[in-house]
Amino acid sequence: MAAPLTLLLLVAVTVRAALYRSSLADLISERVEVVSPLTAWKRVVEGLALLDLGVSPYSGDVFHETPLIIYLFHFLVDYAEITFMLADVITAVALYLSVKDYNKQVFRKQKYALEADRYPLDCLELIRSPKEMQYIPLKVAMFYLLNPFTILSCVAKSTCGLNNAVIALFVLSTIKGNSRTHSSPAEGNSIYPLTLCAAALLYLLQRQYIPVNLRRFSFWWFVAQYAFMYLGSLFVIVGLSFFLLGSWDFLPSVYGFILSVPDLTPNIGLFWYFFAEMFEHFRLFFLCVFQINVFFYTVPLSIKLKEHPVFLIFMQLAVISIFKSYPTVGDIALYMAFLPVWSHLHRFLRNIFLVSCVLLACSALFPVLWHLWIYAGSANSNFYYAITLLFNVAQILLVSDYFYAFLRREHHLSHGLYLKRKDGSEATLVLK
Amino acid sequence: MGLLSDPNRRRALISLLTRLNAPICVVCYMAGVAWFMGLAFEPFTLRTYMSENAMGSTMVEERFPAGERALGTGREFSAHKKKAGGMPVDWLVKTMQSRGLEVFTQRFSRRLPFPDEDKERYMVKGTNVYGILRAPRAPRTEALVLSAPCSPGDDNNQAVGVLLGLAQYFRNQVFWAKDIIFLVNEHDLIGMQAWLEGYHHTNTTGMDWSPLQGRGGSIQAALSLELSSDVVTSLDLVLEGLNGQLPNLDLANLFYAFCQKIGVLCTTQGKLQRNDWDSVSGYSHAVQTMMLMVMKQASGRPWGDHGLFLRYHIEAATIKGINSFRQYKTDATTIGRLLEGMYRKLNNLLERLHQSYFFYLMPSLSHFVSIGYYMPAFGLLALILLLRVSFQPRLLTTYLLTDGVPGVLSVLTPLVISHLTGVALYTLPIHFQEIAVEHFPVSETEAVVLTAIAVYTAGLALPHNTHRLLTGRGTENGWKVLKLVAVLYLAVLLGCTALINFSLGFILALTLVPVAAFVTPDVPKALSAFIMVILSPACTLLFSVFLFQELQEMPVSFLDGWMLYLSVISQGILDHALYGSLVYPLVALLVYPCWLLFWNILFWK
Repeated sequence: MAAPLTLLLLVAVTVRAALYRSSLADLISERVEVVSPLTAWKRVVEGLALLDLGVSPYSGDVFHETPLIIYLFHFLVDYAEITFMLADVITAVALYLSVKDYNKQVFRKQKYALEADRYPLDCLELIRSPKEMQYIPLKVAMFYLLNPFTILSCVAKSTCGLNNAVIALFVLSTIKGNSRTHSSPAEGNSIYPLTLCAAALLYLLQRQYIPVNLRRFSFWWFVAQYAFMYLGSLFVIVGLSFFLLGSWDFLPSVYGFILSVPDLTPNIGLFWYFFAEMFEHFRLFFLCVFQINVFFYTVPLSIKLKEHPVFLIFMQLAVISIFKSYPTVGDIALYMAFLPVWSHLHRFLRNIFLVSCVLLACSALFPVLWHLWIYAGSANSNFYYAITLLFNVAQILLVSDYFYAFLRREHHLSHGLYLKRKDGSEATLVLK
Repeated sequence: MGLLSDPNRRRALISLLTRLNAPICVVCYMAGVAWFMGLAFEPFTLRTYMSENAMGSTMVEERFPAGERALGTGREFSAHKKKAGGMPVDWLVKTMQSRGLEVFTQRFSRRLPFPDEDKERYMVKGTNVYGILRAPRAPRTEALVLSAPCSPGDDNNQAVGVLLGLAQYFRNQVFWAKDIIFLVNEHDLIGMQAWLEGYHHTNTTGMDWSPLQGRGGSIQAALSLELSSDVVTSLDLVLEGLNGQLPNLDLANLFYAFCQKIGVLCTTQGKLQRNDWDSVSGYSHAVQTMMLMVMKQASGRPWGDHGLFLRYHIEAATIKGINSFRQYKTDATTIGRLLEGMYRKLNNLLERLHQSYFFYLMPSLSHFVSIGYYMPAFGLLALILLLRVSFQPRLLTTYLLTDGVPGVLSVLTPLVISHLTGVALYTLPIHFQEIAVEHFPVSETEAVVLTAIAVYTAGLALPHNTHRLLTGRGTENGWKVLKLVAVLYLAVLLGCTALINFSLGFILALTLVPVAAFVTPDVPKALSAFIMVILSPACTLLFSVFLFQELQEMPVSFLDGWMLYLSVISQGILDHALYGSLVYPLVALLVYPCWLLFWNILFWK
């Protein structure tokens, strides 16, 4: 399996290197779909210039990445292209390894269940074979590396690629079950991946065979341990940032910037238009509503999916990338990389074709409507926002479709594939 | 949401769509065409009205008196032009200075990628002369432009005369709140391009020009004047700019309002408007006017010197004087008054023209069709594509699961090959002109056009053969997946095109949608191949040329039409190279490869 992966990495790096050399690179790095105020390379360069002058990079309201990123590029600025390609490669390899491990566990679990005769007889066609699972890790790596969204993001040198790498490493360390090295650098980069810790906690509990039972001491003890580790590493990260920078400037400038959304540059998210149109005195209220919205899904999803933490991670990543304040296509690429893992759900998916067509069409329409709005002057921001809305609705449909399919498969695995009504006639499942 | 999640209702809907697919498609196509033809019917259109308050309610007086003197200046200009054998720069500078303007010149030069045989130019060198009338009333942050071309021969001398006359008259008025720039540009659009790039400090086409020494404020609106006779019978308004962009409708409204007020006959597309909309001839007249606008817009080329302003968010139009055999004539004084009135209203603008429509079609100057009315015509055609896609949603996943890598390859190869053919069509004609000229007895321009046609025709033979060679026999599902991909591709492509340039999108949809809807490997080969070639983009262009001549009431013989067709192709390539028109790359790189995919399906083995 190493050979195809190496080949894939080579192809991916070649494509990126070729694009870096072409005239498209400048064009791509200006696209608002690809870079956000948070992740734009232009802003990192500005921050570096300020840092070199001995001024705080956060003065001047241009740079909003974390101190760790700017100090990383303080040393690597000449090798930026290689760094971004490397970040993509690391993400892909981390995803590859974690999915491989996860598949092994799924298969083992399935074997135990089969031996214990826990599946109904007519569900045999739902059982997954090792043959079909063999290429899934490779497909995951391919979905990430060759996804046009990732390529665009990498060519634009959007720091989103680095955040993705950190999140992928976080997923890998969770799946490897190593709670010692499992730290929270992902949280150092932005606030939203905080919600992933619920999924990680559930996963580790499952691995240690600790039941999720609120009355049990062992459960609370483990949660406390985890929380201690988690907060400790968060504290280390923030402390490190402070010592590197020598001031607390970065707190309002990074986390405050993410939470209070002062920059309303158009992007593919839902915030900018809404807050640009809003009366000032409603701003705080809706800011809270919008931000709580991102975090709120963690609770019901964790309860519903407490047996399936990896699927929960996928759902969380998708929710974050749809509802976060400055989303870019790089965020979407990360959760889309997980889609091959759920390829066994395809028989239960209902709108996947329609949704992928809408996503494709929207991706083509973004630049067209941008052109009409900004360059031709004949359209306006409503046109662009309409496409943004459609794009996000399609993403939500995609994710909920997978969610539904996943639950339905689980339902069939416990109740049999061919459901009967009480009177014996054939029943269909309806989601209402 | 019930429709998407309830399996029973979904099944019913899908079975309905599958059963009635072909009839629904035919009905949609007819409805789309009928809707489009109905747009010109007057009760379905809206009357134009002035949306911009700053230009609407305020009254202005027009007092320009000096038409005869302006014509005299025009004659003087003509004499100096003849003597100088081109732009009489010194004389113009002196004349403008004597009228109290700040005068500057700009030199530019440009080598065309191949000789332009229509306008007989290859190495272009010229000078633009412009004078700025500084606004006495306000900070000089905004400007208006009045331009007249310095054309070879005896054309447009009167336009320069009127321009200079207006400059002199405007100089004595105190109410100007915007700088007014009087521009005389040489070599029509090339000069205009140089001047605009200089004014905005951009260089998009790699042209050589000297930087501008003087600038006004940001330009709010511009008019370009073309006048070749001392008296005119009517004034024609030209709106279509680069890539089918149109100025804000208020500019057309302004022109129309002043023509009504002063009593000048005004036309658009060279067609007077008629009042008998309820008669057949009246309706067909409106259809002709609208079709002319659609075809001009679809061509994507600037139809007057104003065409390049639109790229910089400047609302602009060209006003052409037409002298025909009518009794009633309008003299230069009246034209001057009309322009004076328009500039005084534009001078009142508080912000850029933005109130009215940017997307519209005009069946006559007093009526328009807005985007909300004409988009359904395109939507009905695009719906056919979606219907053809809708009944095979499971195909893609099952295909990927059953046929695996060779299956994917057999679909990917035609995609790649047809796009490479497209790239060849885009790059080869200009690069191969020298080789072609050496080996064949043709001129450079002919070489470019004939190479383009040769590559285009070669593309028909190339892809499906190569594909068969590479991957052996295609499977039954293979062509279905290829068709699915091609139909989706076409839908997205046409949708994007129609948003930027409705006319182009609509014309392409008219010809490509039937092909996309009904082509399969099972239909009779020879007949369908013939139909497909007839409906291919190149033939569409050929028919458009004939139709355009027909609509302009200048029908041509087949041979002349063919020559015209060749020159249209060369002009399209030139427009792309000189001004950045997008039609040629769009057709070569996207539309043609997409059509090749359908061609591939027809010959799927």
